[in-house]
Amino acid sequence: MKLTKTLLATTALTVAAGSAMAESHMASDMTLVSWGGAYQSSQQKAYVEPYQANNPGVNVVWDESSNEAVAKLRAMNEAGNITWDLVDVVASDAIRLCDEGLAMEIDPEADLAAAPDGTSAEDDFGDLLVSDCFIPQIVYSTTFGYRTDMVGDTPPTSVCAVFDTEAYPGKRALEKRPINNMEWALLCDGVAKEDVYDVLETPEGQDQALAKLDTIKDDVIWWSAGADTPQLLADGEVVMGSTYNGRLFSVIEEQDQPVAMLWDAQVFDLDGWIIPAGLSDERLARVKDFVKFATDTQRLADQAKYISYGPARQSSAPLVGQHAELGIDMAPHMPTDPNNATNTFLYNYEFWADYRDDIDAKFQAWLAQ
Amino acid sequence: MADASVSEAKGGPMLAADGTPLKKSLSRALRRQKMRALALIAPLLVFVLLTFVLPIGDMLLRSIKNDIVAETLPATVVELADWDPEAEALPGDDVWMAFYVDMWFASERKEHTRLGTRLNYEQTGVSSLFRKTGRRVDRFDTDVYADQFVALDAAWENPATFASLLDSDAADALPVTADAWARWKDFNEEEGDKVLEEDVPDFLYTALYHDLSKAPQVSGPALSAAAAAVPGFETVSLPEQFEDADEDWMDPEVWKTIQLYSPRVTSGYFANAADMQLTPEGIQQRPENEQIYGTLFKRTLFMSLMITGSCILLAYPVAWLLANLPMRVANLLMILVLLPFWTSLLVRTSAWKVMLQQQGVINDVLVWLGLVADDARLTMINNQFGTIVAMTHILLPFMILPMYSVMQTIPPTYLRAAKSLGATNWTAFWRVYFPQSVPGIGAGSILVFILAIGYYITPEIVGGNTGTFISNRIAYHISSSLNWGLAAALGTILLVVVLVLYWAYDKIVGIDNVKLG
Repeated sequence: MKLTKTLLATTALTVAAGSAMAESHMASDMTLVSWGGAYQSSQQKAYVEPYQANNPGVNVVWDESSNEAVAKLRAMNEAGNITWDLVDVVASDAIRLCDEGLAMEIDPEADLAAAPDGTSAEDDFGDLLVSDCFIPQIVYSTTFGYRTDMVGDTPPTSVCAVFDTEAYPGKRALEKRPINNMEWALLCDGVAKEDVYDVLETPEGQDQALAKLDTIKDDVIWWSAGADTPQLLADGEVVMGSTYNGRLFSVIEEQDQPVAMLWDAQVFDLDGWIIPAGLSDERLARVKDFVKFATDTQRLADQAKYISYGPARQSSAPLVGQHAELGIDMAPHMPTDPNNATNTFLYNYEFWADYRDDIDAKFQAWLAQ
Repeated sequence: MADASVSEAKGGPMLAADGTPLKKSLSRALRRQKMRALALIAPLLVFVLLTFVLPIGDMLLRSIKNDIVAETLPATVVELADWDPEAEALPGDDVWMAFYVDMWFASERKEHTRLGTRLNYEQTGVSSLFRKTGRRVDRFDTDVYADQFVALDAAWENPATFASLLDSDAADALPVTADAWARWKDFNEEEGDKVLEEDVPDFLYTALYHDLSKAPQVSGPALSAAAAAVPGFETVSLPEQFEDADEDWMDPEVWKTIQLYSPRVTSGYFANAADMQLTPEGIQQRPENEQIYGTLFKRTLFMSLMITGSCILLAYPVAWLLANLPMRVANLLMILVLLPFWTSLLVRTSAWKVMLQQQGVINDVLVWLGLVADDARLTMINNQFGTIVAMTHILLPFMILPMYSVMQTIPPTYLRAAKSLGATNWTAFWRVYFPQSVPGIGAGSILVFILAIGYYITPEIVGGNTGTFISNRIAYHISSSLNWGLAAALGTILLVVVLVLYWAYDKIVGIDNVKLG
């Protein structure tokens, strides 16, 4: 009898304490989803810390799930319990989330800050607002890095060096998916830049791209995590490899490895925020306040102090300064810098939304052969 | 007891102490016991049911579920059922009309892009087709009909006219309009608007024109006047409107795909999972350059068997040592076995990368010893070999532990007895010791094989292109392509394969021969 009473009392206390905690928890917590690593810490330093200095009541919780954000948001939506407040995703995922009704549409005029000179947010972001739900933060590029000590006296200047195993023997690291690889293969197989997607639409064009990739299939190490190529380059496992430009920056400048950038035919892509659909009014108000602050001109420029990705606002570009620890100018390391951007590609969102499943099936079947 | 024997002596049924028949009393006692046992395991049962059986069942059902087409395009699906692609190149007016109304609601509710994504798995290009059309569908030139009806009689501008008309018997003559009106009312209710305060949307006028152009029997002055005027109306071609939005609507393949995936239950996912595809002519083999799942299933089975085999070979001597060495040494050895077990899976997999890569430890040593030339370093990772090595290492404890616990129960005296009766070392081991250790091998093999067949992190990291498993594709479809139906179909096939193998194992070896200790 006594035991039962004690047990009951304890349970009641726990439940009461638990729910009280959950409530106070809910009242000030904001869950941000990002990629982890250096990128997330740049967001923490550039947006979250200054925001919390002004709003000490808001507690930010990070969830490093951006990789599976689309799948997890869909699952949360089906379960009817959205636990995330703001999610960092690449533009193609933002488009899919918007298509699926999992992300909330935003109104750039009302929800985003205008530039300091009064330019509206819509004009400041310009073409980079690729979806009604997407709030861009950075422009990044997928490009190649190569070992300076493994290429002899003639360092590569063109992306086609990847397909030239005679001049540059050794393994190459490529991402284990068709996107970007198919385009580079066609470019180096004599297809003009403006025709690439017209060719890639046809089964013959897809075969052509795979045939070109087939010439180096035995020399490729396929990566699926962005950290793979930097590690493979640092170990000397590969002579060149594709990855995100910020990863290469950290290998070259922060870790001082004998690696150089091959900016040729870099593929621009965007990364930014989406607000999940179905947040309560209170949470929505809180997250909107944060996002307006975190994507203003100064905050986006500040982020470039910590990582070499270009700010998505035009008005932020002149404000990009020096690296917070290394003290070097960041502008020449931006993928958008004119010297780096002589030959670029913009990720074709519409094309890949349509052809992704089809070409991926062919690509994976080719890989498995 | 005495009472019972007394009543038996009297010839009646045996009674318990309280006078009830003994049989009844016993069964009541037993039932109570059973209920108590059930109550004890109830938390576990409910837990397993809620967190395991239900979600997995739900996931497996997705492999055949295909509600989305019928729910997003309810009217189109009905009309399209009668379309025969052989007879007419494109669907008729009824389908276009139904599709216009369906698309209008779908785009308002933002469901059209979802459907586009779903159908894009079956036909490339449908995704952007739906997205583009959704943007255009409320800006079709069908306001022509609205203008003409209103010009004819200003009452047509008033939603009340539609309400009084379509909520009465007259609706029977106007089936498409009545259906569209009912959905329009529901839609406003969902949005919290009053239907009588909203402007009449263009598609209702279009539907009205569509119904009236078939010259139905109508009554009432307004409707009769409209019916008389309709043949003289300026018309808008719906197919042309859709063609303006995207010319792919003129492609019969798109309509065939919609028709093919109209049913609420589809075998399409399973066909895809078996390298085949659903076509109007039946299920057909996919072209060779798109076949992948058969290869991957075979590879997964083959490699899982290889891993199980190498685990048996490596684990047997270790388990034997563990069981036969003096306690202190055996404990030390046991810690060595368990240590990697407690280390993170990712760390162990990455460690193998460092060991096996071309600039890695093993290659460096081989080059230093002069066994391989510097420019001909061995490729030991990012292929099948690397996957088998890494996974064998990771799964080894699952083989050693059951073997060890079985071997511990084999009395060493048996071996000595065999030898004293004249058996050689080999005979004593093979005829006496080994048969008794088989249950441990069985338990370990089942554990390792079933774990291996569903593994995906290690093959993803060290598998390259020849060492990946079917589970890597399942993970891809769950988290990247979002084709959960296909992932569920692949998962179901994998589950069935495992169950069949388990059944075969039971037939050949016998599941009673498995011991975990």
